[in-house]
Amino acid sequence: MIFQTILIIALCLLLAAILANLYRVVKGPSSVDRIMALDSISINLIASIAVFSVLLHTHAFFDLILLIGILSFIGTVAFARFMERGAVIERKR
Amino acid sequence: MSGSGEVVGAVLILAGAVFSLISAIGNLRLPDVYTRSHAASKSSTLGVLCAMVGTLLYFIIAEGYFSIRLILGIFFVFLTAPVAAHVISRAAYRHCVPLAEGTAQDELREYYQQDENFEGEDQVEPVEQEAVLQSTS
Repeated sequence: MIFQTILIIALCLLLAAILANLYRVVKGPSSVDRIMALDSISINLIASIAVFSVLLHTHAFFDLILLIGILSFIGTVAFARFMERGAVIERKR
Repeated sequence: MSGSGEVVGAVLILAGAVFSLISAIGNLRLPDVYTRSHAASKSSTLGVLCAMVGTLLYFIIAEGYFSIRLILGIFFVFLTAPVAAHVISRAAYRHCVPLAEGTAQDELREYYQQDENFEGEDQVEPVEQEAVLQSTS
């Protein structure tokens, strides 16, 4: 019983972290701040999926952890290339 | 048997959640992009790794289920989160996002001013893109 309470407290802490990063997404002065805050939101989402699968005693969501990790990395790198060079995929010389 | 798994999982998951919250507070309070990148990449990576290792140990000890997918996810997050933070910070510097108020010296600026494509206070360099377009046509 106390184990479930600790897991729910951890989920509330992760929710507070996601809300703080969401404030940075809304207010951030430059767009690089927004990309970085979205990246850390996805990282927090991975952690909360892990905690949630412990809370539900299931191991059906572990694929989802790997999938969100890969998707957030690809999205972050694509946005960073767009910010840096003006195009995500450059033409061949 | 089940109790020790719950203890290990609860300690690691709570530590990971606290580290994620500290990372988010640093992301709120620090002055510029680069210090926020420092907070967001390091401690948020440590927090998610603590939570996922706690999940893995809970499922190993309490239920005897060994998940190779979770180990692959831990390895992938551990490998790619610093790379993503580096790429974003480099894009911010090339995009001329200003540093914080009390910055003493900027050694990277001198290195980039030797490069002729990097223009001082402007946006992303237009010279290189025109060169790319002319060479393709």
